[in-house]
Amino acid sequence: MTVPAVASAHRLSVAGLSFSRGRRKLFTDLSWQLDAGEALILRGANGSGKTSLLRVLSGLTAADSGEVKWNDRSWAPLSSAQRATMLYLGHVNAIKDELSAAENLAEALAFDGLQIDAAMQRDALRRVGLADRLDLQARRLSQGQKRRIGLARLALSSKPLWLLDEPTNALDSEGVEIFVELVGKHLEQGGLACIATHLPLVLAGKVRELALGETSA
Amino acid sequence: MSAAIEAPERAIWLAAARDLRLGFRSRAELIQALVFLVLVVSLFPLAIGPESAILKRVAAGVVWVAALLSVLLTLPRLFSADHADGTLEQLVLSPYPLPLIAAGKILAHWLMAGLPLSVIAPLLGLQFGLAGEELVVLTVSLMLGTPILSMIGAIGAALTLGVRGGSILMALLVLPLYIPVLIFGAGAVEQVMASIDYSANLSLLGAGLLFGALASPFAVATALRISLD
Amino acid sequence: MNLYKYAAPATFYPLAASLWPWFAGIAAVLAMAGLYMGFFVAPTDFQQGEVYRVIFIHVPAAWMGMFIYLVMAGYGVMALAFNTRLSAMMMQALAPTGAMFTALALWTGALWGKPTWGTYWVWDARMTSTLILLFLYIGFMALNNAIEDRRRADKASALLAIVGSINIPIIYFSVKWWNTLHQGMSVSPTSESKMASIMLWAMLTMTLACWMYSIAVALVRVRAIIAEREAGADWLQGSKL
Repeated sequence: MTVPAVASAHRLSVAGLSFSRGRRKLFTDLSWQLDAGEALILRGANGSGKTSLLRVLSGLTAADSGEVKWNDRSWAPLSSAQRATMLYLGHVNAIKDELSAAENLAEALAFDGLQIDAAMQRDALRRVGLADRLDLQARRLSQGQKRRIGLARLALSSKPLWLLDEPTNALDSEGVEIFVELVGKHLEQGGLACIATHLPLVLAGKVRELALGETSA
Repeated sequence: MSAAIEAPERAIWLAAARDLRLGFRSRAELIQALVFLVLVVSLFPLAIGPESAILKRVAAGVVWVAALLSVLLTLPRLFSADHADGTLEQLVLSPYPLPLIAAGKILAHWLMAGLPLSVIAPLLGLQFGLAGEELVVLTVSLMLGTPILSMIGAIGAALTLGVRGGSILMALLVLPLYIPVLIFGAGAVEQVMASIDYSANLSLLGAGLLFGALASPFAVATALRISLD
Repeated sequence: MNLYKYAAPATFYPLAASLWPWFAGIAAVLAMAGLYMGFFVAPTDFQQGEVYRVIFIHVPAAWMGMFIYLVMAGYGVMALAFNTRLSAMMMQALAPTGAMFTALALWTGALWGKPTWGTYWVWDARMTSTLILLFLYIGFMALNNAIEDRRRADKASALLAIVGSINIPIIYFSVKWWNTLHQGMSVSPTSESKMASIMLWAMLTMTLACWMYSIAVALVRVRAIIAEREAGADWLQGSKL
């Protein structure tokens, strides 16, 4: 019943990363390194490039220049190695209104390439506070409850790198607590996380912050 | 390091099953596309008169053009909902190969749009005075041709995702590319009506189907990655 | 890498400025020579009289229409495979010229059709596939215009050009097939076998003129595109051109 431990000693680094949208430079020559068990919180005003940086890290968006490296090997955007390594939760929930909470989680996990038995999935949903909502169509869930389905996915994930865009948006304080606990456990197991947020967030473990938006031209 | 994906071909079935399930949860849309088809076909006798000789003459063309438009109307369903709710990003980031996921979605689209349409087409053919072998050839030509419509259409739908005026633009991109399918499909029926050997037309549709099945998933995958960039 | 140097917009911008007048000049000279040959040297056609002389514009225009789409697809492959911005800009610069030639081919075809076939439009295989080609151009330009983000627009239209170019032979073949199926409508517009060699030379000269013209116009247009996109870039500020 234990989630497989993430192998240790991973490293995510970026070198000389630059990105602009249209004529706006969002970040220029960004270089940093994140080691196993560390979390990076991306801070900055709206439009400062937090989401763009996460998308570049995920491979969805190509940077203008620079590299994203995993264990010192450069990642070609959306390479199979990259997709197998990370879990990205965007600012929209990726929840289908037509499916129930349990079905939504099952679909997401299936496309993550994970085969986890249904009982374990339902258990994860209960632990994120959706015990009485398991088979309810997602259209009848609140934003925060939909967000919690994402938390259940995190709980069952074995990917070493989490890229999370405003994960605590719409979550109540209890939801935030669950999230903090999940990230703490992930870091403890040697995972890495990059979290973009404009909300106050206190995480346990080694946490660094990166403020974006100061370099804009 | 997570294990690499075993059995990547599972992606086709995962994606197809997911889309079929979602499609059947909102069946009304599926039925509406069929009603649209019947409605468009019924407009022709009203516009050109009930004379059976003329109707029979235009039958193949009318059913095929209506089928084309009906498929066109269902194309936005392929990706736009996934795009809006963020699932498309998840599919692109899935460790499964994106071309196979795209193939699964195209397959599901055909099962929900092209297949039912091909199945009711003989009824429409009957209304226009087609009979016997003509109806068979009409159905077979649609069965072979509509998957190609889904494949080409998927490329257009993926390219125009989230673009303003997207659905008109998509029609503009996709319809010219549909022309060969229309010609070979409707041509087969015309040939059987003229008692000419129609096998070449059906073979060409079959060849197009094979080529499309091999090439279109990669084009769609590329288009999706471009559109999410 | 030398090639990469010229693929950079900053290098290409002044290069295009110095090149385009040459191409324009050659185009003008060739066009004058071609038109002279076509209109004054070539003999009157014994069947069609003087009207046939429209082919000295019609045929080169039709050829260029098709050729430019293929060139665009070639740039599309480069844009997707090597991620070169300049090739995407070249595609965008070529599209209006290709569409113009295709439209010109249709227009001159209609003008030619009226006296020879007695009607402006027949669903002849070549005319029909040229019409479809025009739709492909319109689709390309519409997609390129509709997407706001330049990077996405470049790649999306590159992919569309490639898909379209794979379809061009299929469309052409299918339309020919469709035309033979409906016998009786098709009229062969040219009797190539009997064409005097002077006519062929005039036509080739005109084609070359159209080609040079396309290059000149594309270079001017690509400069405008570069200037628009790179506005604010340092190198452009210092450039006197």
